[in-house]
Amino acid sequence: MEPELIKKINTLADNKTNISVSKVNEQELTTLNLGPIHPATHGIFQNVLKMNGETIVECEQTVGYIHRAFEKIAEHRPFYQVTPLTDRLNYCSSPINNVGWHLAVEKLIKAEIPKRVDYMRIIVMELARVADHLVCNSIVAADMGALTGFTYVFQWREKIYDIYEEICGARLTTNIGRIGGFERDFNPTVHKKIKDFLRDFPKVYKEFMSLVERNRIFMDRSVGVGGISAERALNYGFTGPNLRATGVDYDVRVMDPYCSYQDFDFIVPVGTGGDVYDRFMVRHQEILESIKMIKQAHDNLPEGKHYAEVPEFYLPPKEDVYTKMEALIWHFKIVMGETDVPVGELYSAVEGGNGELGFYLVSDGGRAAYRLHFRRPCFIYYQAYPEIICGGMISDAVMTMSSLNVIAGELDA
Amino acid sequence: MGLTTETVLTKVGEFLGDGLISSNESFGMLAINVVASRNFELIEFLKSDPILKMTFLTDLTGTHYPDKPGAEFEVVYHMHNLVDNYRLRIKCALPVTNPEIRSVVPLFSAANFMERETYDFFGIIFTGHPNLKRILNVDEMDYFPMRKEYPLEDGTRTDKEDKYFGR
Repeated sequence: MEPELIKKINTLADNKTNISVSKVNEQELTTLNLGPIHPATHGIFQNVLKMNGETIVECEQTVGYIHRAFEKIAEHRPFYQVTPLTDRLNYCSSPINNVGWHLAVEKLIKAEIPKRVDYMRIIVMELARVADHLVCNSIVAADMGALTGFTYVFQWREKIYDIYEEICGARLTTNIGRIGGFERDFNPTVHKKIKDFLRDFPKVYKEFMSLVERNRIFMDRSVGVGGISAERALNYGFTGPNLRATGVDYDVRVMDPYCSYQDFDFIVPVGTGGDVYDRFMVRHQEILESIKMIKQAHDNLPEGKHYAEVPEFYLPPKEDVYTKMEALIWHFKIVMGETDVPVGELYSAVEGGNGELGFYLVSDGGRAAYRLHFRRPCFIYYQAYPEIICGGMISDAVMTMSSLNVIAGELDA
Repeated sequence: MGLTTETVLTKVGEFLGDGLISSNESFGMLAINVVASRNFELIEFLKSDPILKMTFLTDLTGTHYPDKPGAEFEVVYHMHNLVDNYRLRIKCALPVTNPEIRSVVPLFSAANFMERETYDFFGIIFTGHPNLKRILNVDEMDYFPMRKEYPLEDGTRTDKEDKYFGR
């Protein structure tokens, strides 16, 4: 193509559209901006793709569009006010983030957590995992054109949110639980809703899976697409379902059991090829395992208190604040930030929806954390995206992205 | 057959010699302070050693301690041995006047974004990084926001005292 022509096209392109043409290595490459505002990215982040026809030659990611400075804010807030920040990391499974943060603080203050709290936490965390994987898997199918399944199972995510709502009053950004336990015990409605969910959801989920699991089109589009080897995945810091899809059985719930996960009977599903289909099937199997765990936890819910004895951090019941001296003092101390916080430096991790969600907390004894760093699994494994998609088709890149479950909130902190 | 703290400390001590400044164990994790100039060799050694097998870089971040002259910055690595499930924290102190440390991207592709993030927020320069530029903040930003001298609130406000709002 003539240089003048390219220049003209580029000028036109800059003004009119987001597609421009440049000449690299005697080859005509098209630059395509996939995102930041694009339905296929399911979030606000950009991929600048260099395309040769429909084949991707080069990809560069731009992230940070919804950076909200959580780490800076966390240095100015008392611990219990950090929980709402964690909601907004992976907002598809905020209860896991909330519990992960509470566990980090409980590790710092060396709190002893009652069994009942552990089991209650497992119920909400596994519900969150089901919701997270359900969204991811149905989106993978939707990106292939199977919108029916997506709209069908989304109703069931809403039912999970109904359970959250009954427990803590919120649906998406839950702020569930407190440091040391839960603000209140599960009420009878919660138990009923969990039971109903466990009874009805598996049937619905089976129907959804029968739409896609052995579907010719689905398999042709996903088997062998967007694969990564176990070695590369480990080098890229993959964790969670994306790592397990490559065949590495690393799961924080098994490696470093927290919240009494050691009491539960569950398997860690692994894949072989690390492709879109494997990731899909690992998430699918994890949903079934989570259902099993919720059932176990709900059936064997131990008696006891729904909070730990940490009066320095756990707000006393309101009626006590009005009638009892000690409760009033603790309430005042917690709200005014007069509680002593131990000095220490720790790393605490939970298995989030996307992998190892870590909290690196440095406390200098001040009211707020001296330094808090979130190890966000998405941010780390999203680096591998160019390597996975280069050489493939753009339609595969879209599916790869949704099957990696890149959540903009977690990406940008 | 698990990896013990003694083994790790002995092996790291043998490898680094004077490079190992101090070590302590808190909350179930060993933390070692090492000389910043030897970070790359150490991580390469930890990764390739047949006993230590720390083949997974969990986390990489920075911390700012303005009250420690000559060691204002700390680059913190979290390494993980997935076979024996052993975690190790490595800390390298850097002076604010010359915050430069060798990049570990050649060893771990995972470090790419994490080093960019640390550069973005603290201004720590990772030499040898393939693409060291800001990642979460805008390119035009002319300061490093996670440094302690940048207050969260507008510094000119007089109606709020720091001591009532955190630190």
